[in-house]
Amino acid sequence: MSRLDWRRWLPPILAPVLAILLAAAISSLVLLSSGKDPGRAFASMVEYAFGERTGPASMVDMLNRATTFYLSAVAVAIGFRMGLFNIGVEGQFRLATLLAGAFGAAAFLDPVPGPIRIFLIIVVAMVVGAAWAGIAALLRVYRGVSEVISTIMLNFVGGSIFAFLLTEDYLGVKQPGSENVTTPILPANAWMPSFPFPNTNQRVFGFIVIAVLVGFGYWFLLGRTRFGFDLRASGMNPTAAVASGIDAKKMIITTMLISGAVAGLVGLPGLLGRDHAVTTSVAGLGFTGIAIALLGRNHPVGIAFAALLWAFLDRTRIILDLEQIPQETIVIMQSVTVLAVVVMGELAARFSRRQQQRSVGRATGEATVERGSVAVAGAGVTSAREGS
Amino acid sequence: MTTPTLVSTAGAPPATTRAQRTRRVLVLVALALVAISAVRVVTGATDLTSTGAISAALAAAVPIGLAGLGGLWSERAGVVNIGLEGMMILGTFGGAWGALTFGPWGGVVAGAVFGALGGLLHALATVTFNVDHIVSGVAITLLATGLARYLASFAFSDIGGGPTQSPVVPSLPKWSVPGLGWLAGIEQRGWFLVSDLAGIIRGALTELSALTVIAVILVPVSYFVLWRTAFGLRLRSCGENPKAAESLGVDVYRYKYYGVVISGALAGLGGAFLSIVAASIFREGQTAGRGYIGLATMIFGNWRPGGLASGALLFGYTDALQLRRGSESVHALLLFIAAVLAAIAIFQFYRGHRVVGIVSIALAAGALLWYFTTDQIPVEFVRAMPYVITLVVLALAAQRLRMPAADGQPYRKGEG
Repeated sequence: MSRLDWRRWLPPILAPVLAILLAAAISSLVLLSSGKDPGRAFASMVEYAFGERTGPASMVDMLNRATTFYLSAVAVAIGFRMGLFNIGVEGQFRLATLLAGAFGAAAFLDPVPGPIRIFLIIVVAMVVGAAWAGIAALLRVYRGVSEVISTIMLNFVGGSIFAFLLTEDYLGVKQPGSENVTTPILPANAWMPSFPFPNTNQRVFGFIVIAVLVGFGYWFLLGRTRFGFDLRASGMNPTAAVASGIDAKKMIITTMLISGAVAGLVGLPGLLGRDHAVTTSVAGLGFTGIAIALLGRNHPVGIAFAALLWAFLDRTRIILDLEQIPQETIVIMQSVTVLAVVVMGELAARFSRRQQQRSVGRATGEATVERGSVAVAGAGVTSAREGS
Repeated sequence: MTTPTLVSTAGAPPATTRAQRTRRVLVLVALALVAISAVRVVTGATDLTSTGAISAALAAAVPIGLAGLGGLWSERAGVVNIGLEGMMILGTFGGAWGALTFGPWGGVVAGAVFGALGGLLHALATVTFNVDHIVSGVAITLLATGLARYLASFAFSDIGGGPTQSPVVPSLPKWSVPGLGWLAGIEQRGWFLVSDLAGIIRGALTELSALTVIAVILVPVSYFVLWRTAFGLRLRSCGENPKAAESLGVDVYRYKYYGVVISGALAGLGGAFLSIVAASIFREGQTAGRGYIGLATMIFGNWRPGGLASGALLFGYTDALQLRRGSESVHALLLFIAAVLAAIAIFQFYRGHRVVGIVSIALAAGALLWYFTTDQIPVEFVRAMPYVITLVVLALAAQRLRMPAADGQPYRKGEG
């Protein structure tokens, strides 16, 4: 059947849209039940994000947030596509940011020109992220430990190491005039150049370019390389993949390392573009990444939209306070969206599978079609566990 | 398929009888006690077996154990429940809100009900809609975090709290086994083994919160229901081979729902323990990953109630030590760990596993070296301990663990 068969491409696109509408409806009901006007709340959010007065600053902020979210989500999505759950982006990026930040501020790098220094910081972050993810990969391949459990545990261990290292005894210094312990401030030549934005003095992270490159690389890797094909094949049907000669162990290790390397980048937009030092405050971005990857259906462009939507909701929730609406409504909306997206995704996959089976049945003139016998690419996330 | 034996993988020694196993466990416990007692005498870290430490360990073990039991019920029915953390969060809110509204027992019930609602959502997503279990669990944890804040901002704002905190909640009664006062005197003496036993008995039997007692009872109850009743057999058959269960007339969907909802209720109960008993207050982030630790205890308890209860006690113990002069107490424990690792090494050499034996010896030497070159362990390392232990246990024993055969796999009725 043709590649442009609507039964194949329409449901995966329609599902997130429907899910967002559903989540908006549920959030509206929540607001109505507490006596608030959802229309007004939404209007003031849009006004805050895109209006004349606050719009430019909001848009810059949203782009910057989305950059970070995007990297985190791509890291998760790479694993998802082959049925690997890298729940450990959180731990990977925190350790990576800390070590890259401390490395970048080290004195022995002072003779190195700025761009190379930035490049080295990025490399260190990716290596650390990949290494931390690699532990989970090795445990999975050689000891049969589920990566879901090991990455969760490694998150906590990583968090502890982060807290341990970011003290004055090791990598931390106390900033003058404050009690906060951070890594030493990066020299100005290692600050990433940023872009101006009309009508505001806020600037867009230069790292957004790298995020776009990562997105492009993700698309290219998945859709245009042998490795990407093997990866998707392993995700859709591990048994068939192994039978066709794909080395499952190598795939798991490579995928996990790539996922970890991308995860290592998550903290860098903030480090190189805004803070110039690692503070204790970075946390939670890994789990946001999971949500956004699910929302974007693991698709490079879908994730970009999802990241922007998430950034919009995150940015504009403060305005709800003025309407006496609890900001938490937004968190509910975000999580309901994710839940609705995965449920809708499953339903859509089932629907398109049935449609295809029906058309195959018609084409072959069979009156009845065996259910569940046609493998379809519709479902974005498939479990790595194989049937016994 | 689901006989109530422990792990019996190919190549394992012939199945042992129940009595033999019990004896082996008792011997191990006794040996551990002697070792701990010796470590206490040698290092002078009295908190290793003090009444306070033991009762704190028990209190810390309860929420972890309840979460672990929750995981057990769900995974025995074949549904991976990574949303335990979220269901616990719902339980912390439910517990505080119920306790403030209906009194402390109302809080216990409300905590379980809120957790069960989280479980119901997970069941709806995974069983009815066939969503991937991990994905649904992650989404539920996200949702629970937001929902707890949202509800708390309504429930507590007018009575002296807010979205992240509740006012102090009324507490549950505390129970003690009477007539144990004289043990305090013995504990003070610092005798080898005797004083340690006195401390442990006093810690485990006095000043118990009612919910602790309930939680402890729930472990054998879970075992009995899951392994000794027809209901439990059917539920476990859904986790082992749902198609076979279906062919025998078991309504697999219904049993999966039961398992996951009970799972949520237990996790919610664990959350309620945190807000009503442990802290007397609802606070955001109160669960601090205990849902995940519960999951870990279940895994290295080999999906068995007894195993997960021991795991929970172990984690509770390290948790409690960390609060009681943690750096010194846990430092003393290094000596104990070295001894245990050395014992494992000897056992592995005896069994002919040279590589594992050498690794164990190396780790034991490392622990010993660490003990002698430092005076205390950084508190961050103490905090990471349960997670590291879990990883090490999984790495060393993953092949010996046996999860329910169809755990985490999608199941559609009539597609067998």
